[in-house]
Amino acid sequence: MSKKNLKLITNPINKDNPITVQVLGICSALAVTVKLEPAVVMALSVTFVTAMSNVVLSLLRNTIPKRIRIIVQLVVVAALVIIVDQILKAFAYDISKQLSVFVGLIITNCIIMGRIEAFALSNKPIPSFLDGIGNGLGYGIILIIVGFSRELLGSGTIWGFQVIPDSFYEAGYSNNGLMILPPMALIVVGIIIWIQRSKNRELIED
Amino acid sequence: MDKNSNKYTFIYSILLVVIVATVLTFIAVGLGPRQEKNVELEKKANILKTINISSTTKDVEDLYNKYIVESFVVNRNGENVNGIDAFTISLKEELRKEENEQNLPVYIAKLDDGSKKYIFTLNGKGLWGGIWGYISLDSDLNTVYGVNFDHASETPGLGAEISTAVFQVNFKGKKIFDENNNFVSIDVSKKVTEGNIHAVDAVSGGTITSNGVRDMLKNCLNAYLGYIKKVKN
Repeated sequence: MSKKNLKLITNPINKDNPITVQVLGICSALAVTVKLEPAVVMALSVTFVTAMSNVVLSLLRNTIPKRIRIIVQLVVVAALVIIVDQILKAFAYDISKQLSVFVGLIITNCIIMGRIEAFALSNKPIPSFLDGIGNGLGYGIILIIVGFSRELLGSGTIWGFQVIPDSFYEAGYSNNGLMILPPMALIVVGIIIWIQRSKNRELIED
Repeated sequence: MDKNSNKYTFIYSILLVVIVATVLTFIAVGLGPRQEKNVELEKKANILKTINISSTTKDVEDLYNKYIVESFVVNRNGENVNGIDAFTISLKEELRKEENEQNLPVYIAKLDDGSKKYIFTLNGKGLWGGIWGYISLDSDLNTVYGVNFDHASETPGLGAEISTAVFQVNFKGKKIFDENNNFVSIDVSKKVTEGNIHAVDAVSGGTITSNGVRDMLKNCLNAYLGYIKKVKN
């Protein structure tokens, strides 16, 4: 893989991250990160949709009539989201119930439309695919970090398995109920942004 | 062809929609049976929950076959209706029909200690959408053994609390008939005195949903009254 292509994947994970740098797709990041498992499924779903919609629209890019450009994008994205929703309902029913409306709301996730407009419509399918994967992973990694810390501190479990030993609870430790509520997701995302910017000074605006 | 002409735009959009619709149809039809299976397993898991048996997607089928020994359909007079599978009945549809045409599913469970429980289906309205559930009664057909409620779109943290164990556990041990054997159902209200065996505390902030649960219990148990009275005598 050429250096340029590799950058398409690595940039969105760190210095061009859709959540912490571009601040897109925050809403779902707050809603589905109470537990790790739905966060991972959501990350995979969004990665699939960004990558596939980028490829499809990149292939169509020279044929799309200008006046219905956004509508065509929406039809493609909506179709992919319905496919994801149907697959989850068939193979991961419990998680699909937990994610509830947020799977459908992937359609409105700014990351997807943003990448199509900014990248896929002016690039070839393979770079577009990599760009979609990169942005999906960049979104996913934040979701996983947030989901991990919220589940650990809020419920004392990881992936549903108890990791904080009973002796801790007997000694007076208790789960932090605030971690389960959406505001803490915002605060965790804020802490990630803080750490990232303190390491990478280019990101700091004036 | 000019990409900005009306003709091109129309043809393009029609083709796009037809292709997308075809693909989605194939996927929906292909995955349909698996999705229906999931819904069926969830229903079985919910029925088992009313008799305090928790199950996972893997063992729900076995547990259901083990504990639910019988299922059949009755009408409002308590007479058996043959030829219909109780499991496939949608109570919501039945309650819309004329009273004498309603078919009501009954499940009978036998627990490990040999006790027999009757499980009835419930369906009603919450604040934003439908609510439904199951109620299991002891063999005296009076004392509640357990309940399970679920909802389509009640407010999380308020009305949606009806689907939590914290709320549902209150129903255990309540009675649906008073001392004179009159049907009183179970009230869900704000002012419940200690030791009241015909009422449970409503969800705070979820008054309309709580009223929905109360009405659902009253309507649905009332529909089963014919059957209950027949078995009791």
